[in-house]
Amino acid sequence: MDILHNLFNLGTLVAGIRIATPILLAGLGGLHTMQANILNIGMEGMMLFGAFSAVLVSYYTGSIIFATIAAILVGVLAAVIFGLFGVKFKCNIIVAGIAINLFGVAFTIYLLRSIFHVRGALSHPKIVGFPVMDFPVLSSLPYIGELFKGHSIIVYVAFLMVFLVHLFLYRTPKGLHIRSVGEHAEAAASVGISPDRIRFQAVMISGFFCGLAGAYLSLAQTRMFVENMVAGRGFIALAAIYFGGGTPVGTMLAALLFGFAEAVSLRLQTLGFPSQFVLMTPYLMTVFILIIISYVKKVHSQKRKYEIA
Amino acid sequence: MPQSEILLKMQGISKSFGPVKANDNINFEVKKGEIHALIGENGAGKTTLMKILFGLHKPDSGTIYFAGDRLDLTGPKDAMAKGIGMVHQHFMLIPSLTVTENIVLGSEPKKNLFFDIKAAEEQVIRISNEYGLKVDPKARIRDCSVGIQQRVEIIKALSRGAELLILDEPTAVLTPQETRDLFVVLRQMVKQGMTIIFISHKLKEVLEISQRITVMRAGKVVGVVETGATSEEQLASLMVGRQVLLRVEKRLSSPGRNILEVKKLWVSDQRGLPAVRGVSFNVRAGEILGVAGVEGNGQTELVEAICGLRHIESGQVLKDGNELAGKSVREIRKLGVAHIPEDRFTSGLCGEASILENLIGGLHLDTPFSSKGVLNKKEIQEFVEKAVEDYGIKVGSVHDPVKSLSGGNAQKVVIARELASDANLIVAAQPTRGVDIGAIEFIHRLIVQKRDEGKGILLISADLQEVLSLSDRLIVLYEGQIVAELVTRQTTEEEVGLYMTGGKRMVVEGGEGV
Ligand SMILES: Nc1ncnc2c1ncn2[C@@H]1O[C@H](COP(=O)(O)OP(=O)(O)OP(=O)(O)O)[C@@H](O)[C@H]1O
Ligand SMILES: [Mg+2]
Repeated sequence: MDILHNLFNLGTLVAGIRIATPILLAGLGGLHTMQANILNIGMEGMMLFGAFSAVLVSYYTGSIIFATIAAILVGVLAAVIFGLFGVKFKCNIIVAGIAINLFGVAFTIYLLRSIFHVRGALSHPKIVGFPVMDFPVLSSLPYIGELFKGHSIIVYVAFLMVFLVHLFLYRTPKGLHIRSVGEHAEAAASVGISPDRIRFQAVMISGFFCGLAGAYLSLAQTRMFVENMVAGRGFIALAAIYFGGGTPVGTMLAALLFGFAEAVSLRLQTLGFPSQFVLMTPYLMTVFILIIISYVKKVHSQKRKYEIA
Repeated sequence: MPQSEILLKMQGISKSFGPVKANDNINFEVKKGEIHALIGENGAGKTTLMKILFGLHKPDSGTIYFAGDRLDLTGPKDAMAKGIGMVHQHFMLIPSLTVTENIVLGSEPKKNLFFDIKAAEEQVIRISNEYGLKVDPKARIRDCSVGIQQRVEIIKALSRGAELLILDEPTAVLTPQETRDLFVVLRQMVKQGMTIIFISHKLKEVLEISQRITVMRAGKVVGVVETGATSEEQLASLMVGRQVLLRVEKRLSSPGRNILEVKKLWVSDQRGLPAVRGVSFNVRAGEILGVAGVEGNGQTELVEAICGLRHIESGQVLKDGNELAGKSVREIRKLGVAHIPEDRFTSGLCGEASILENLIGGLHLDTPFSSKGVLNKKEIQEFVEKAVEDYGIKVGSVHDPVKSLSGGNAQKVVIARELASDANLIVAAQPTRGVDIGAIEFIHRLIVQKRDEGKGILLISADLQEVLSLSDRLIVLYEGQIVAELVTRQTTEEEVGLYMTGGKRMVVEGGEGV
């Protein structure tokens, strides 16, 4: 009982929200590429570029606003490179994604060493982080008010974005175009929508969100840059998108689930479970969930296919 | 009708795809207010010419004049802006979107930043009323029948202000009733000032609906005729360049043992409602059993149940005595069932894969195409070359994706593959849909030849003529039940038509509730 109480309390939920935020942000970006039928595995690299630029600009300007803008711009730039190869020049999209990821790791390490002359991690008092705030009204609710307190501002932004992305995707012409290109590019082309242009735009949107996610990692959670600090979150985000069926709300729920799973596993660690096993739990869960989803999808699509024909 | 004014003039149009000359110096003219038919064999270049007119392909050379102006199209948007609309041979609709969303896609009405769905729906309803094209604006395309989907395509073109409407094989997928409805709409549209280009392989329809006909062969125009001054035979020989047999020649059948026995079969449709209701029949070796019926009376479900694509609710399907219910598609194929599906692109072919891969798909695991899990390139190449030759499949290279083929050529790929297996039961659903008359003759001969080799053939066709000329025996499906079992020689088109529409039914052994 005691262990359970220790594991599942508000504190874990709050930690879960924080862990979920970068996954959610990257997921919100990546779902645009998924809806446009592009397999975007380059999110990892885009996030890393975002994280590094955020720290760099924050260090030199002391402005969190400039830092955020820089992270977003660099995220989009990385996405443009990915888009040039993967969409415009039609290289293998997976290879383009892997290239961005490898390039991201190596290039940020290189810059870290040549600009700051440090190895491993950079943390410095001059690096300004995101301000922390309580969400108005909700934070004064009894008991669950805790959930809306003391987060970095980006956390609230991220959850607000779910709503905006939903509106964008389902209520605007551009959103409709992205979905139609993803489902039947030829049909979209036949009414004068350029599929490649839409795909490129979807890639750029994913870069925007990945940049922001990166800034969150380096300036909200830690206030420092660590080599390869994205550490698989880009892939977890991809899993969250698929888990969430490519919808903003679904992706949010999936990101929260992954976040809580990791929060629980962190708690387990402090409770003395062997860390090797504990660290596996979020990934095991991802794999399990994906297996379940693809099984459900398969059954569903078989039914559909035979029924439609 | 004043028909003197030339609305469209295409001059010296040429277009090649690699080595294939799809259009070779074509001159094509359409008068204002006419329904102009464009006919020709599979791969003759009809679709290509129309795609050029619609801005989807750039011609290698040639000029287009429309309503007096010279057109330089950079894309379909351009063509639509000038008043040209096209309904494609393979529909360009997005299944998960609604009717309205599909119609306005690419030119959505806006309210501030947002897509104004209300205004869009009103627009759809207005056009739908104006031309008598009934649709439900809120329905999702994937839940609509092909007939409705086609209406959606027509409304889509009209809503973009089309004055010239291109219909690429609009009737290939329609039931006879839907075709009649479409013709009513087309005549109505012409009355309101529309000009229509109508592509079809069905010469009877062409003769019925058009005023003038342009005939293409192998990328060239070989004739332009007034509809009133021509005949089916003349058109056929113009198209193919030789005399074509419009009738099938075959001996009397000498059926042997039962190959397929279907007993009290019940199958549900996608909504879970019974579509096949207690059907029993046999297919014997050396005979062609035709299934006649207006589409949507259980034929699709019946075929899918036999081929393992749909769950069997109750009853038995015995192939050479083996129960097929619950078996996988692969197991069923192994038991000697070949299947020519009715929709080539959803269940007959893998669009992105090459022609070669599609030709051997399903056969690739067996000798001689593979041994010990390794593909035998030489055998495959030989087989594929022979198939392309035998069936006259017009291809640039067999390594091109199959979706680059013209509609009829794609169908030939399916048929070549299915007839190549040594299955002794061939389930052929709409085998000649969208196929030109030369190829129809060929496919019919082939089916008869398979029959004479002692195979059993189950032929499902919405084309009553095809069923009557090909099958030895036939059953008529109406609302999921067999309402008649006839010997083809001893019946007439009128009699079968009466059964098909539910105007008459006979007591059939094993049938339910008759
Ligand atoms: N995108 C493409 N790439 C390569 N070849 C093509 C392409 N589109 C058409 N072709 C080839 O051009 C020729 C003409 O094709 P087209 O689709 O115009 O024929 P069609 O007259 O419409 O025939 P059908 O009646 O079978 O539809 C065919 O040989 C086809 O394989
Ligand atoms: Mg065609």
